[in-house]
Amino acid sequence: MSVIKTRVGRRTFLKTSAAAGGGLMISFSWLASCKPGQTKEEILAMPKEWFKLNGYIKIGDNGVVTIFSPNPEIGQNVMTSMPMIVAEELDVDWKKVIVEQGKLDADAFKNPQFAGGSLSIKLGWDALRMAGAAGRRMLMEATAKEWQVELSSLTASDGVIKEINGSRTIGYGEIASKAVGIEVPEELELKAPKDYKIIGTSKKNVEGSKIVTGKPLFGLDFQAEGMKLAMIHHPPAFGMKIKDFNRDEIINLDGVIDAFTIDTTTEEPVWAEVNAFNTLIAIVGDTTWQLVKAKKALKVTYENESAPESSDMHAKRLQEDLLKGEVTDSRVDGDPQAAFAKASKVIERTYSSPFIAHNTLEPMNFYADVKENSALLIGPTQTPKTLEETTSKLLGIPVENIEVEMTRIGGGFGKRLYVHFGLEAAAISKKFGGPIKMIYTREDDMTQGTYRPSYLATYKAGLDENNNLIAFSVKGVGLPEGPIFPNRFPAGAVENYSAEKLNSTTNISTGAWRAPRSHFTAGAEQSFLDEVAELAGKDPIDFRLALFEKAKTSPVGEKYDYDADRYAGVLKLVKEKCNWGQDTSGIHRGIAAYFCHNSYVAEVIDITMNNGQPKVEKVWCAVDCGIVINKEGAINMIEGGVVDGIGHALYSELKFENGAPVSNNFNTYQLIRHSQAPKEIEVFFVENEIAPTGLGEPGLPPAVGAIANALYKATGKRYYHTPFSTANQEQINLEVG
Amino acid sequence: MALFSLSINGKKQEVDVDPSTPMLWVLRDHLSLVGTKYGCGIAMCGACTIHLNGNAVRSCQMPIEAVGESEITTIEGLSESADHPVQKAWLEVDVPQCGYCQAGQIMSASALLKKNPNPSDEDIDNAMSGNICRCGTYVRIKKAIKTAANPNV
Repeated sequence: MSVIKTRVGRRTFLKTSAAAGGGLMISFSWLASCKPGQTKEEILAMPKEWFKLNGYIKIGDNGVVTIFSPNPEIGQNVMTSMPMIVAEELDVDWKKVIVEQGKLDADAFKNPQFAGGSLSIKLGWDALRMAGAAGRRMLMEATAKEWQVELSSLTASDGVIKEINGSRTIGYGEIASKAVGIEVPEELELKAPKDYKIIGTSKKNVEGSKIVTGKPLFGLDFQAEGMKLAMIHHPPAFGMKIKDFNRDEIINLDGVIDAFTIDTTTEEPVWAEVNAFNTLIAIVGDTTWQLVKAKKALKVTYENESAPESSDMHAKRLQEDLLKGEVTDSRVDGDPQAAFAKASKVIERTYSSPFIAHNTLEPMNFYADVKENSALLIGPTQTPKTLEETTSKLLGIPVENIEVEMTRIGGGFGKRLYVHFGLEAAAISKKFGGPIKMIYTREDDMTQGTYRPSYLATYKAGLDENNNLIAFSVKGVGLPEGPIFPNRFPAGAVENYSAEKLNSTTNISTGAWRAPRSHFTAGAEQSFLDEVAELAGKDPIDFRLALFEKAKTSPVGEKYDYDADRYAGVLKLVKEKCNWGQDTSGIHRGIAAYFCHNSYVAEVIDITMNNGQPKVEKVWCAVDCGIVINKEGAINMIEGGVVDGIGHALYSELKFENGAPVSNNFNTYQLIRHSQAPKEIEVFFVENEIAPTGLGEPGLPPAVGAIANALYKATGKRYYHTPFSTANQEQINLEVG
Repeated sequence: MALFSLSINGKKQEVDVDPSTPMLWVLRDHLSLVGTKYGCGIAMCGACTIHLNGNAVRSCQMPIEAVGESEITTIEGLSESADHPVQKAWLEVDVPQCGYCQAGQIMSASALLKKNPNPSDEDIDNAMSGNICRCGTYVRIKKAIKTAANPNV
């Protein structure tokens, strides 16, 4: 058992405040018969009364428990896994738990509410356990008082409180009314991992039944009384700004109520406001189809704010700036120059990746109802708090008068960390003077920007006469941000090491894309190490393991950003599970491992070649994310990361001509499809009791390196440039500057 | 505008809309059947898949004027309480991540299984490759289709 503090300074963590709706809550009561596939809300008899214990928990008089999930659900399954942690410490039967999406409410949750950086579970671990443990404690204290016994004479499990040396029992629902408002002590005992009953098991997606029956869950499905629809138009190319449009014609079209321009520029924009197109045309109307037709009737004039860019220009700029761009981060150990000079073998390779779009399947949308001094915003955002703050800034409405609610989100991948679409909905509602739901077409969405940057990096390694790695250097540049993490592997494992991150410039807007920068560095570094191991005549796994051993036993430099044992651990686990070294005829095998977003993942990909096309037969994954919360959910997340990584490595890119994206829909932008997906993915977890970390991102990066290495085994050709299926794989000749 | 009489999920529905309106938007905007999703508008992602006389079609490319007497089934009408074998299999395998594409996937899968009760991997790939899952749940979708085909295996 471990102990956790419930106070942060003077603030009691989980005391129910009046604002959080403490106390009695009346609910309607109805009974429903049990049918297969029904939601728990339909199966469970609803209580007559609810009692709110804290921001996360309310308990019905019949023992049904509602747990509010604090963070946005973008498909990473936190709406199931986060409440599982609360339920574990509250100690209730999961079958009696209903989950509801919480609203943005700092007072209720006392933990940051966002979906990004694979951080929900890592940052929520203490708060979620505390919420559950505090609820359990309040119920037990109420029972002790009711029975006039010592708290220590009671125990609670599966929603029932018992006398340890007696026969009395009482259900949480029966005592809940008396538990409301009880202050929790300064410290609470938490369960030891060996006593977990819910954490570590597999619980089905709490919204599964609603998803498979098409219930209105997503922002795009949201409807409100009196709501109108709105669509936007942004310039077709980066560097352009809207000047004017044929408003008189547009407002006379069928179903169009109004049309106008909006400007979402704010003073001192924060990172999440990145947006190439702050000025937009908005059309408000009755139905989507009428708005789609109105958009086609637009005649717009533009002005140029900056010069249009093209993919050729981008390639040239990356090559120039790799040699002379602004260095924003670096590391040097030993004397790499001298070590390369005396090395027996030196290998240097250059890797590149194009811009790519997020392409969440649910396009950007948001509902906004802005009044004179208040605003209600409902929709799919990964950063509700930032949206609230930026809306306040844009509209001049105090933060406390702005309410943000999160719908289920049809994909995030980083795109919905950025708030432009929420701000646009707010600006449209304000100018229109009524509630609207703004929706992007796919074309609006794919050409709006906030892309994954395009990257170029050069890796160089030097081996001594005994094929030991004595020198390693990497330089990487991006449009605009470089991809290199100087303190990551193999930093700490090579005596003479240098890493440089360089920035370049572009007017294409960019942002975080699932496992930002890591997906590129994992692909480049892990295929480079494969080539270096081959040059050294060593097995690629053993080669890496020797480097981790070096980092652990005689580390180079002051620090490095990984745990060598855990990194080596996933490699050893995947090696064992896939029977590494036992070759099968016709099967070509690639390995990669990567650590990012606090979790370690190693992957082995087996492919066959059919008519020159790779088919992924099986992927073996070994994962160390500490304690696994929801096993099946965790496996699903890794599977998704693998498919996403393989898909974008093989097929996806966004090119530019005259400032405009060449692709604007799925007929010209290729995403991985059923027939291209792996036949089988098997996921293994390292078992330990380390505090859990997230899985939304870490499964993706190694897939890029592993598929590149498997393709090499299959074709005898190294793959340096994504997308591997179409890009020219020749080395890029960098001019020595 | 024109008046259309439709048969949707076994129920007669009347709507007064522009004849070029795709069924996707008739369902979503006029009938509040929002289980059918918008993903691309050009029949390249499958999120809007419905059944027209039992065949899987992309409702974003199906103008209401082309529907005629055809019977339309949407995800809301596939079963009364999520007990269609495909829906049950989807829950059993715990397929969804974000869940946005899954209604379309289920409509394509249920149309496939009606015609081909025991599809091979290749049959599944052929029938399902028009449905994008951006989260990458393809392995689970295939498993769920096989589970629905052979629920006791």
